[in-house]
Amino acid sequence: MFKDLAKLGKYLGDTARLMVGLPDYDVYVQHTRLKHPDREPMSYEEFFRERQEARFGGATGKCC
Amino acid sequence: MNRILPKLGWAALAVFGACCLAYIALSRGETINALWIVMAAVSIYLVAYRYYGLYIANTVLGVDGTRMTPAVKYNDGLDYVPTNKNVLFGHHFAAIAGAGPLVGPVLAAQMGYLPGLLWIVAGVVLAGAVQDFMVLFVSSRRDGRSLGDLIKSELGPIPGMIALFGAFMIMVIILAVLAMIVVKALADSPWGTFTVAATIPIAIFMGLYMRYIRPGRIGEISVVGFILLMGAILLGGQVAQSPTWGPAFTFTGVQLTWMLIGYGFIAASLPVWLLLAPRDYLSTFLKIGTILGLALGIVFVAPQLEMPAVTRFVDGTGPVWSGNLFPFLFITIACGAVSGFHALIASGTSPKMLDNERHAAFIGYGGMLMESFVAIMALVAASVIDPGVYFAMNSPAAVIGKEAVEVAAKVSSWGFVITPEVLVQTASDVGEKSIISRAGGAPTLAVGMAHILHQVIGGKAMMAFWYHFAILFEALFILTAVDAGTRAGRFMLQDLLGAFAPSFKRTEKLAPNLIATGLCVAAWGYFLYQGVVDPLGGINTLWPLFGVANQMLAAVALILCTVVLFKMKRERYAWVTILPTVWLLACTLTAGWQKIFHADPKVGFLANAARFSGAADRGEVLAPATSVAQMQQIIFNNYLDAALCGIFVLVVLSVTIFGILACVRAHAINHPTSKETAYEKMPDEVSV
Repeated sequence: MFKDLAKLGKYLGDTARLMVGLPDYDVYVQHTRLKHPDREPMSYEEFFRERQEARFGGATGKCC
Repeated sequence: MNRILPKLGWAALAVFGACCLAYIALSRGETINALWIVMAAVSIYLVAYRYYGLYIANTVLGVDGTRMTPAVKYNDGLDYVPTNKNVLFGHHFAAIAGAGPLVGPVLAAQMGYLPGLLWIVAGVVLAGAVQDFMVLFVSSRRDGRSLGDLIKSELGPIPGMIALFGAFMIMVIILAVLAMIVVKALADSPWGTFTVAATIPIAIFMGLYMRYIRPGRIGEISVVGFILLMGAILLGGQVAQSPTWGPAFTFTGVQLTWMLIGYGFIAASLPVWLLLAPRDYLSTFLKIGTILGLALGIVFVAPQLEMPAVTRFVDGTGPVWSGNLFPFLFITIACGAVSGFHALIASGTSPKMLDNERHAAFIGYGGMLMESFVAIMALVAASVIDPGVYFAMNSPAAVIGKEAVEVAAKVSSWGFVITPEVLVQTASDVGEKSIISRAGGAPTLAVGMAHILHQVIGGKAMMAFWYHFAILFEALFILTAVDAGTRAGRFMLQDLLGAFAPSFKRTEKLAPNLIATGLCVAAWGYFLYQGVVDPLGGINTLWPLFGVANQMLAAVALILCTVVLFKMKRERYAWVTILPTVWLLACTLTAGWQKIFHADPKVGFLANAARFSGAADRGEVLAPATSVAQMQQIIFNNYLDAALCGIFVLVVLSVTIFGILACVRAHAINHPTSKETAYEKMPDEVSV
């Protein structure tokens, strides 16, 4: 029961963050460690800034 | 038994939906409860998703759960991330939901709630959701590439360029229309202007906090930002009453126009983390929260619809916008039924995060159904208020006058009986001096939302708060869209100009950036200004231009999907996209033609230009012009609008021809020719 609630909480948090263009940081770190052991993953702050620039830097606008 | 039981359940749901529709159809001439509409729509959505959305997925497209998606293939933890389908649904929905589905249905309510309801429901099931889903699928099978790229590779480079140019023009019109909605809502409203202005320092504070104090903590600072916003609404009420501060925040439409243009230029030149990103967080969360709140409010309050099912204005003589039901209803309600702009989103970030092709229907088709539900709620909000108030708010001053007595008499003469006292009382209930001629949809929606929400929380005393909450909520995400759109337009323009002057492409250089930003702001600012000073309210000119452009982009996206079906050798199912394409072409080409050539000056741009030049030749000055120079300006603007409309028509016609040619070529070849990336099996360690 509490496990389910915690899972739901994480889902909602993930959803809210991805709504504003921020994917899961832990997944990113895990992926980089696993697939690119030669690279040091960005710190959360660097990751956050990189994603902010990526979200608004390109030519895709907001919808009507 | 196990196979029959679910089918019986779906059949029961279908019958229930049909009963709700029957009740709506049979209750003519009496008011009905809004819940009938909501229940009918939701039942249709569910049945349509189960039996049409999944039919398209499994039979028409043949989605393949074993095929590797770009998210898995290019997984980098950043842009390409296999994402849980529910989480991605939230992302996709937040990206497609904007002001469009809230405004269109409000404007369309002048014909009654029934025409809008039918078009929203039928349009989304057969056109809008089909487009979103199929573009998502097509893009995901091509490494998540963008709409322009997809058209280039499947139809050819020329139609690709034409479509990109069309997308840029649409962007300009959208920004002008959105900005005009804000201007109409804030003109002579110190309360609204103060709260919206307060979002700028609040967002900057949030931006600095997330950058330097506690980097990247979105959750906590968004809560703080939300509390500050609510404080700004409450303080706005005091500001509006203050004899010194009230007038300081009271501006005319023209003043607000210049302020918005200046704001657009500055905001789009600042670093994104300072103003754009934090306000985007606020507006996204507020948008989702308000949509949920409104849905709960409608269910909880179960309001009666005061607007008749069909008004006398289905004949095309309505004061809010001119033109007949066909084609103009179908371009007035764009987002919510079908929106071409979604094709840009469905070929943007979402396909790069799809963990499995089998989830594309849920994200694409389901996401659009959700957006359509928002449009239904907007229609309800516009229909629960007194129809007399609705027409007083949405008719231009040139038609109904400016004083409450005069306005009430005029609106009552149309059969929507209203007293001047009610108009004055409604304005004072929501904390405004006047609600007359506040076209643009946002204020009407705000009155409707206040009408519903004050019955849940706060009672009559909170009505003004809810009204300004709704205005703030819309202005907030419109300003975010204006800022982000100006940036996107700037990139498109730098790309375009870069073809002639390569130095323009240097997006890291200050001078080309500022010039491109300036050009972009000037483009939408011009149309905004023109709309604000228009005696017929601006909505009459700009909204159909936006609708035509947006629906034409949808037609272009559906043509792409048709070509892809032909190239996949699945042309026997191509009716799924051909049907909505033909309907959209019929609506947009007729509307485009009428906006240019219609003999009625209220509808046709050329006829209006002729009316003004005729008067100018006779030496007369027609309102709103006060001089010969202004007469010339209006004539020029009408020619410009006609030319723009003509460009849109040419864009869609040329893409149609290229599309037909591509289909014919694909049909003649006896093997699949679509340019999708080669099949690669989903790796075993990825759970399917």
